[in-house]
Amino acid sequence: MPVPSELKYSQTHEWVRVDGDAATVGITDHAQAELGDVVYVELPEPGRVLALDEVFGTVESVKAVSDLYSPVSGEVIEANTTLPDATEVVNQDPYGEGWMVRIRMAAPSELENLMDAADYDRFAQEGAH
Amino acid sequence: MLRTVGAESLDALIEAAVPASIRPTDELRFDAIGDGLSEGRVLDELRGLASRNRVFRSYLGMGYSDCVTPPVLQRNILEDPRWYTPYTPYQSEVSQGRLEALLNFQTMVIDLTGMEIANASLLDEGTAAAEAMAMCHQIRHDRGSTFLVSSDCHPATIAVVQTRASRIGIRVVVGDHREFGFHDEVFAALVQYPASDGAIHDFRPMVERAHQGGSLVVVAADILSLALLTPPGEWNADVVVGTTQRFGVPMGYGGPHAAFLATRDAHKRLLPGRIVGVSRDRDGNPGLRLAIQTREQHIRRERATSNICTAQVLLAVVASMYAVYHGPDGIRRIAQRVHDTAAALESGLRDMGCETGTRPYFDTVRVRVGDGRADAVATRARERHMNLRILDPDTICVAVDETTTLADVDDLLAVFSGVDAPPAAGRLFRAGNGYDAWLERTSSYLTHPVFSRYHSETEMMRYLNRLANRDLSLASSMIPLGSCTMKLNAAAELMPITWPEFARIHPYVPQDQAGGYSALISKLETMLAEITGFDAVSMQPNAGSQGEYAGLLVIMKYHHDNGQAHRNVCLIPQSAHGTNPASAAMAGMKIVVVKCDSCGNIDLADLRVQAEANAGSLAALMVTYPSTHGVFEEPIREICDIVHRFGGQVYLDGANMNAQVGIARPGDYGADVCHLNLHKTFCIPHGGGGPGMGPIGVRAHLAPYLPTHPLVRTGGERGIGAISSAPYGSPSILPIPYAYIRLMGTEGLRRATEVAILNANYVARRLDPHFPVLYKGATGLVAHECIIDLRPIKATSGIEVEDVAKRLADYGFHASTVSFPVPGTMMIEPTESESREELDRFCDAMIAIREEIAAIEQGRADRVDNVIKNAPHTAAHVTADHWEHAYTREQAAYPAPWTREAKYWPPVARVDNVYGDRNLICSCGSVADYDG
Repeated sequence: MPVPSELKYSQTHEWVRVDGDAATVGITDHAQAELGDVVYVELPEPGRVLALDEVFGTVESVKAVSDLYSPVSGEVIEANTTLPDATEVVNQDPYGEGWMVRIRMAAPSELENLMDAADYDRFAQEGAH
Repeated sequence: MLRTVGAESLDALIEAAVPASIRPTDELRFDAIGDGLSEGRVLDELRGLASRNRVFRSYLGMGYSDCVTPPVLQRNILEDPRWYTPYTPYQSEVSQGRLEALLNFQTMVIDLTGMEIANASLLDEGTAAAEAMAMCHQIRHDRGSTFLVSSDCHPATIAVVQTRASRIGIRVVVGDHREFGFHDEVFAALVQYPASDGAIHDFRPMVERAHQGGSLVVVAADILSLALLTPPGEWNADVVVGTTQRFGVPMGYGGPHAAFLATRDAHKRLLPGRIVGVSRDRDGNPGLRLAIQTREQHIRRERATSNICTAQVLLAVVASMYAVYHGPDGIRRIAQRVHDTAAALESGLRDMGCETGTRPYFDTVRVRVGDGRADAVATRARERHMNLRILDPDTICVAVDETTTLADVDDLLAVFSGVDAPPAAGRLFRAGNGYDAWLERTSSYLTHPVFSRYHSETEMMRYLNRLANRDLSLASSMIPLGSCTMKLNAAAELMPITWPEFARIHPYVPQDQAGGYSALISKLETMLAEITGFDAVSMQPNAGSQGEYAGLLVIMKYHHDNGQAHRNVCLIPQSAHGTNPASAAMAGMKIVVVKCDSCGNIDLADLRVQAEANAGSLAALMVTYPSTHGVFEEPIREICDIVHRFGGQVYLDGANMNAQVGIARPGDYGADVCHLNLHKTFCIPHGGGGPGMGPIGVRAHLAPYLPTHPLVRTGGERGIGAISSAPYGSPSILPIPYAYIRLMGTEGLRRATEVAILNANYVARRLDPHFPVLYKGATGLVAHECIIDLRPIKATSGIEVEDVAKRLADYGFHASTVSFPVPGTMMIEPTESESREELDRFCDAMIAIREEIAAIEQGRADRVDNVIKNAPHTAAHVTADHWEHAYTREQAAYPAPWTREAKYWPPVARVDNVYGDRNLICSCGSVADYDG
């Protein structure tokens, strides 16, 4: 499973792409594969302020529900408004078009608690069986 | 069979399979049950009980109306095992018939209420209103927790809503809807349309005020009235609930019947209960299935929108077919005649100088008799075999229905006049009484062709036959589901339910008219108490989920009365059925999950740790026994002891009671409360997903807390309130468990359990070499069901458990329970009803499928294009001119010899669940669009 090396990862299977003080967040390829075909995505409104590890949305397949946890604290700048009508993108391109929210980070130091690609890859494989 | 399982005798098998610690030293004797009787004797006994019910004309209303069950529906649905024996339609491909009937139900509800989406179905109007309250609370979670309820709602609805609100922090304020204040604390309001006393209020100003204030409006509506009245959807109601009982379903002393909940499309993801949706199958043809199941308890557990599981499918089918049979014109005619009859009564009363309630009304006329005379008038009516509702000492309400004739109206006028007045109603009858413009319905309904196609008995009969043939039921083959006990529903047990003495009794008749029911219920309570080892039983819960909820409330109130109100932790093992955590959440409890060990048993060490860590706040443990893994856990007594030691009560989920009846009793080994799924262990048919009954048994210290009812004296003196609209749940199906127990007798009940355990072990032993049996007890035996592991096959062949489930349909079998309680496995509960021949046929099918998998593993069959991945195969598929598969048509459709003798053809290929959930369509108007 692809685990892009430039991203950071949470234990709840979100990825983070850092761009200045903005963090783009989505779910990993491993997470989408575990869920199966995504049929529903619920995302927050821009402007909502998220605490670290706060639930900011939901992603559902036909037989599983998964909460989305914010890997960093901060204000939601943008949500991917195309996703709810094109949920298959989460499966097809989880690290690209399937992104979910952009957050203006309140405490960039929180990134240090996230995993790098190698650690996440190991973490995901361990949890897989 | 005993040889196969390696036992010398049935006794030896039971001794080895069931832990000695739960078996009583002496054989259980059920004095209230005695010896088994013949079918003739039992039916005579039930006829005797029936004769003690007295069928009076019912004008009591309050959500229950007498009605005509069209005989074509009675014979071809209620009395047809192809309709009453199927399971809940989780396996879409073998359930298209009843899914279509349920889609008709949803369409009927959507049309008549004027809403955008509806479910199929809920348990009764009271719980539907309570579900609507919980749903609105979630939608308006940013507001306060006050729910306004009109005092003009049916009393039972108010009571059920109050009970449900009490544990989840909702404040219910009952009052006059005209004075509702929609401040920030109010998230929603509930009104009745028409009101319980018959009046029809113009709610439009109130709705506007509510919406301005940011609150939602729930309307409990009479579905028949909506054929004439502007539907709530057209005056911006947010949720509409109600019962469909008067659409052809007998009153049955309170149930069963199907309730509904309809709402706006925007709220669909919070809609409780099952929703049928349209999707497409692999070949691109329309296919129906249950939609957005992620809302439900089996997936979302404590965060589900509701704990509802078993609903009222069979009765929803009857109601939907009542609409199909009568069609839009027929439904309007029935509604109009009911209203005209009420109008004739009202003008007659006015003529004789009675003061009647304000117009407009639909079917219920409010009469002010004054001077505290209501009681005297009602008594006079009873002398003439009529029941009237006493609203207050000065006021009577008369609710007429589709069975009310003008002669009946004459009788009513005679009662009010106090003399035998000459017949007058015919003179007063005027057809086509209308309503003012704001109230008169102008929009059309039931416009889909299905509601105009089957109006003759010939056509109706064939439509029902066609739908029934699409489904797999017990009439075709065993339904080897785990945890559901799909046993025989004997014809003799079912016969009494349509007898008028059981069917045509209103739930609120005076006790002296329901002597037969009282005796039946009390005898059945005694027998169930004896079987379970409990001291008292409540029949009120309408399904297992309701039993769980009621049982937990009983426990919480017990703690409360002992000064332990702070106890709110509910321990639930990982392996629990999803309803357990969902019910605990509804009871306002904090859920703490207890781990299971590698054998699927409760991890005793973890239980001790959790119980001790929560010692000060431990309220209960919910445990299923035998476990959901189909194993008799040896230390069940110890489990109960640990919970008791730390101040908790033990709630036993009785879903697996079929492994214990006559052998062990929950009340003896430590449980304090237990529900019984009468639709599993005690032979009420599954109905394709309901009706069910989930009475609870309790030990003496909890008896004072059993559910009560606002209108009928029942339950404990410190009861938890009402949890169902009717005081005894669904009494008209109680003759079924009664007859079952009387037929079997003490001996027979025990023997049935023993054979159920034998059958499960036989299947386990036969399948184990092909699909390993995942969990066994200490002696290598299973209880009454077994789990087979299909996970290793996925790696070697790419075949998943769902694929095997679908392939079983090609062999003519319904699938076993898939991926519960362990993902990637199948659970099989053969029950005692299946013969060795049928068990062998099923095992042969499974073994043959294993060989098909082996062919893939060995490269003899393609990993993608094979008989299993492409299953099920439709007739259209295998007879198509083009056949491009790597296997033969014969391998596809006739994989076993018996399929040559009787072939079940799945009507659709594999249904695409993903497509359906991404493109949600939940009414049949859209099917036509889809077809086009």
